[in-house]
Amino acid sequence: MVNLFEEIFTYEFMIRALIVGSLVALCAALLGVSLVLKKYSMIGDGLSHVAFGALSIALALNVAPLYIAIPVVIIAAFILLHISQNSKIKSDAAIGLISTVSIAIGVITISLSKGINTDINSYMFGNILAMNQSDIILSVILSLFVLVIFILFYNKMFAITFDEDFAKATGIKANRFKIVLSILTAITIVIGMRMMGTMLISSLIIFPSLTAMRVCKTFKSVVITSGIISVICLFFGVILSYVYSVPTGACIVVTNAIMLVLFSITKKTIKI
Amino acid sequence: MKILECENVCINYDDVRAVDNVSFTVEDGDFVCILGENGSGKSTLVKGILGLEKIQKGTIKYLNGIKPNELGYLPQTTIVQKNFPASIYEVVLSGCLNSKKIIPFYSKKDKQKALEMMKKFEIDNIKNKSYQELSGGQQQRVLLARALCASRKLLILDEPISGLDPVITKKMYQKIKDINKQGMTIIMVSHDINYAIKNASKIIHIKNKLLFEGTPKEYEKSEIGKLFLGGCHHG
Ligand SMILES: Nc1ncnc2c1ncn2[C@@H]1O[C@H](COP(=O)(O)OP(=O)(O)OP(=O)(O)O)[C@@H](O)[C@H]1O
Ligand SMILES: [Mg+2]
Repeated sequence: MVNLFEEIFTYEFMIRALIVGSLVALCAALLGVSLVLKKYSMIGDGLSHVAFGALSIALALNVAPLYIAIPVVIIAAFILLHISQNSKIKSDAAIGLISTVSIAIGVITISLSKGINTDINSYMFGNILAMNQSDIILSVILSLFVLVIFILFYNKMFAITFDEDFAKATGIKANRFKIVLSILTAITIVIGMRMMGTMLISSLIIFPSLTAMRVCKTFKSVVITSGIISVICLFFGVILSYVYSVPTGACIVVTNAIMLVLFSITKKTIKI
Repeated sequence: MKILECENVCINYDDVRAVDNVSFTVEDGDFVCILGENGSGKSTLVKGILGLEKIQKGTIKYLNGIKPNELGYLPQTTIVQKNFPASIYEVVLSGCLNSKKIIPFYSKKDKQKALEMMKKFEIDNIKNKSYQELSGGQQQRVLLARALCASRKLLILDEPISGLDPVITKKMYQKIKDINKQGMTIIMVSHDINYAIKNASKIIHIKNKLLFEGTPKEYEKSEIGKLFLGGCHHG
């Protein structure tokens, strides 16, 4: 075990994966609490599919994925948010449409561009080697940005998630907050998509908060616990992925799922 | 000094007109009671004033520098989803949020205010308990405390005493009177007509349309007032 850790920390790619991974896991878990409670987690799922389309186009054009994916996914976030607020359109159906169109575009782009490495598995289910030197700095800066904004918006996040009507009635700009939430979600999904895989990144948003809510009864404790759970699950997931050479995203989903089961079992005995 | 002016306000739910051509004004320091039978549009009118329901026709204006972030609100019903993780303290404290300007964190003063309100409604001893695990009356007290934290100039209460036991009702009424004396304007939807007549400075009676606007004395003498009071005494 000790040898394994020593070995892991001699590889630069592992250190990169752990640094960026933990930051993304933390961001996703914190945002996830509000997204899950507000029933917006489908938006996260839709955005991750848009990210897949954007990623494949970026790789076909041979551009750094973050530069294309960030604006595209943020625009998609605005569209999805608008749809979900407009009760006349069925929002889950609309998210389904946008998701499938994005996947279709992505798959077509990948099949057409034979010149590049077409390892579709790693786009979809994650790859530990995904973060290169140039990605890491931008990813760290962006995730720190998400964390700072989250902290600044924390109290609003609680108030609006708990009772949007009261917040609106007492002069809090709830719509502005939703825009911020969707931009932060879009950024988090894009940073995490290479490592987690575009099909699995949304699990990072949903799992930790659900797990924390098994046991915790206050908003603050749910937020803190889900952040911690998420980072722990990421750590073990990355190590599993390294040891067995399987897609990183899939491993992290599995560790999260195990954690959810463990917490569900303890639910009856502990309450924080 | 007028602080609120409603002119020919109409509010619809699809084809149903819930509030029909209602006009009235609220003065600074007023204690306005809105009366009317079930389904007469009281809650809808209040939501219109708060900007939660769209006004079909007419205007609602805040005057003399009253801003939405200076008012507190107690909804008639608050639907919080099952198992929402929130402690009593977190909910009450969130009432202080609308007074925050640049710094988005609660100050010591905010926390003291929240604590004071919780003491008032005797929920300070269970402040870390989950909101979802409270009884209906206890939840009502939490939301009242939150409303009081949020209000600095205007307090809008939609049936504040529904579900409260007699002891807390009395305290609640006392509290409302006290803060009104300290200068807070209050708009209260109520079915407690006797309390309204004794304490309000203005009574508004609606049945979708405005039926009466005036002082409690005038209300007692009016046709509609006599009818409603009669119904109350015998029923
Ligand atoms: N969300 C809604 N959708 C459709 N119709 C509604 C809605 N809310 C209220 N109504 C209708 O509008 C009318 C006024 O309702 P409102 O809740 O304002 O009455 P109220 O005076 O507050 O009654 P109560 O004393 O029972 O609280 C009623 O006829 C009601 O059926
Ligand atoms: Mg009502």
